[in-house]
Amino acid sequence: MRHSEVINVALVGNPNTGKSLLFNQLTGLNQKVSNYPGVTVEKKTGTSKMQGEVFAKITDLPGTYSINPSSLDENIVLQTFIGIDKSNYPDVVVVVADVENLKRNLFLFSQIKDLEIPAILVINMSDRMEKKGISIDIELLKKELKSEVVLISARKRLGIGKVKRAIANYKEANTLKIADIADRIDAQFFKELKEKFADTSLYKAWLLVTQSQNLTSIPPKFKDRIESFEADKIKLNKMQNKETILRYQYINHILKKTYITDAEKATGMRHKIDKVLTHKIFGYVIFALILLLIFQSIFDWATVPMDLIDSTFANLSEWTKNQLPEGVFSNLLVEGIIPGIGGIVIFIPQIAILFLFIAILEETGYMSRVVFLMDKIMRRFGMSGKSVVPLVSGTACAIPAIMAARNIEGWKERLVTILVTPFTTCSARLPVYAILIALIIPQQRILGIFSLQGLALMSLYLLGFVSAIVSGWLLNKTLKVKGKSFFIIEMPDYKIPSLKNIVFTVLEKTKAFVFGAGKIILAISIILWFLASNGPASFDNAEKIVKSKVENKQLNQDELEKQIATYKLENSYIGIAGKAIEPAIKPLGYDWKIGIALITSFAAREVFVSTLATIYSVEDNENTNTIKERMGAEINQDTGKKRFNFPVGMSLLVFYAFAMQCVSTLAIVKRETNSWKWPLLQLFGMTALAYLASFITFTVLS
Amino acid sequence: MSTTIADLIVGEIGVIDDIPFDSVPLKLLEMGCLPGKEVELMQIAPLKDPLYIKVNGSHLAIRKETASLIKVTKIKNLCDILKS
Repeated sequence: MRHSEVINVALVGNPNTGKSLLFNQLTGLNQKVSNYPGVTVEKKTGTSKMQGEVFAKITDLPGTYSINPSSLDENIVLQTFIGIDKSNYPDVVVVVADVENLKRNLFLFSQIKDLEIPAILVINMSDRMEKKGISIDIELLKKELKSEVVLISARKRLGIGKVKRAIANYKEANTLKIADIADRIDAQFFKELKEKFADTSLYKAWLLVTQSQNLTSIPPKFKDRIESFEADKIKLNKMQNKETILRYQYINHILKKTYITDAEKATGMRHKIDKVLTHKIFGYVIFALILLLIFQSIFDWATVPMDLIDSTFANLSEWTKNQLPEGVFSNLLVEGIIPGIGGIVIFIPQIAILFLFIAILEETGYMSRVVFLMDKIMRRFGMSGKSVVPLVSGTACAIPAIMAARNIEGWKERLVTILVTPFTTCSARLPVYAILIALIIPQQRILGIFSLQGLALMSLYLLGFVSAIVSGWLLNKTLKVKGKSFFIIEMPDYKIPSLKNIVFTVLEKTKAFVFGAGKIILAISIILWFLASNGPASFDNAEKIVKSKVENKQLNQDELEKQIATYKLENSYIGIAGKAIEPAIKPLGYDWKIGIALITSFAAREVFVSTLATIYSVEDNENTNTIKERMGAEINQDTGKKRFNFPVGMSLLVFYAFAMQCVSTLAIVKRETNSWKWPLLQLFGMTALAYLASFITFTVLS
Repeated sequence: MSTTIADLIVGEIGVIDDIPFDSVPLKLLEMGCLPGKEVELMQIAPLKDPLYIKVNGSHLAIRKETASLIKVTKIKNLCDILKS
């Protein structure tokens, strides 16, 4: 069989240019998300047929304004083009530009072009040209840029074919650099640089010299040569500034000949919308309403599919139990694996809704306005306006949220954001909250609109935000961290979000979460089941021991079986562990069964629910009810009343609001801060706070 | 005292005279904020900070402390705006 050709394509561009949409249009669902080696930056690749037998492997690089990085994500772009990883070096680069801000987009294009690799300029959003009064002389632009230029509208699917053709014919593209500015920056310096780095392009040599601190590994053959040039940092900084100015001069010169815009038409709507959305009163009211809508929908809309999933899995368990012969395998399936998977699947509605809202807010350009509105307020709490994005995404999952903190320029502001983000209510807390609220808060409506349960959930979210902000304030006062902070954010034009982009984002994030967290939950469910169904000698002799104990009493078969099951659980390995910590958690109102769930949910909070599900289903041989019904029926042996009464429920809610119960978050904090100090501070600080707060809650309420 | 971006009133336009390269990040220049370019103050955040500016085709928000480093000469001031 003949091997078809696969072209390695890198997709780069400024943020908000529609790059991701073009990527989605080019690759469809043939995408794969992985991580760049060594860092947790998402790497999105997709394959697509270009022409005939020619295929392309397209990598969607993080959005950036320049090849000179100012964040970890942007650093990926630099690393890619410096080409330390030779096998992944792109054959051709597609630079996506926004027609409305071609000037700034060409800045990046001119840098890419100077690397002397084939580059195609794709000008997106051509459908807005007429409305904005823009006209471009494409043929002249091609000549001036010495490159292929394609005008497209990713949204309207116009010109996608042309992009594919240009990629397929990449070998015809020239690799001339365009901005010949080296001599005008510093002729002497660049002459020496050129002599020393004769084996690579001049611009690459310049990047090696100016960006050596950002490169994770520098080929040894360059190492000592770089050192002689990078000594004078102030001089290099001056030269970089000069380079920027000269590049823009060069671009202006080209655009003067090829690009006409009608300034009157260019602004207008944006200004009017901005006036409302960043208004000193309406701005905050609108933001608050949007948050309210998000929380209302998570609790109200999501409960319908969630209840459905819950009962479906309960029925599936029952059905499986009836179908299979009794035995160890059947027990593992019915008591371990099926409830375990159910515990994962039940998240999907809430996570998907959260990601949906966040994607819409980002896509429309609204998120930047929130950053603008909130910056001054957040600064009082040691954070930046950009911390709003991690704090809001933290309501989905702390892991991507902590990674989103990379956009914060100042180290102290970033560190504070990373440390407090786990206080925000992530979706892993949701099932815990949801089930506890359903057990202790009556299903009523206030004023006929707001459900009481929804309001309870919203208060928990508020509690999360407030504790994040208060601890930010405390950390700001106490942390002694040096480093300058600065702040720049683009205020993109408003856009109607693309349905395709949103659907893809929601699918991708939900998938990543379900499979990432899912593995842990499933594994823990199976381990738990094993530990709950096995034990030392007293476990194996449970039947004999219980029978001898109850000899005198008249018990029917059902009651006897129940007693045996309870005894078995108490004497299983997990029961022994739970009993061991019972004295420590009794002041909070918990028993050893809840204790087991506390232990296992150190891995991930949501395991709390599936653990109780497993424990109660091991104990309860007869009925395979839903988790909620089982928890509601649980009796406190000491009082004879319901185990999950109001004080215990509240105490648990408070515990989960504060406790740092997520191994993955600790791992990511370690990776992002490059030290064990900060995750350990989080772990001990938050757990101590949780214990104290739950103790007070339980004592006051009971 | 010379005028800086932080001294503009919403709607006013100035031409950038000087940017201190050692204290203003390269990123701001790369996003189009360069000497000789016109800068318009579009909006001020409700709590007086940050500032929302339009410069060289880019719409950016920067903090007051950065804005107060960038010297400008007003070319369209409040009087002109009121007259037109």
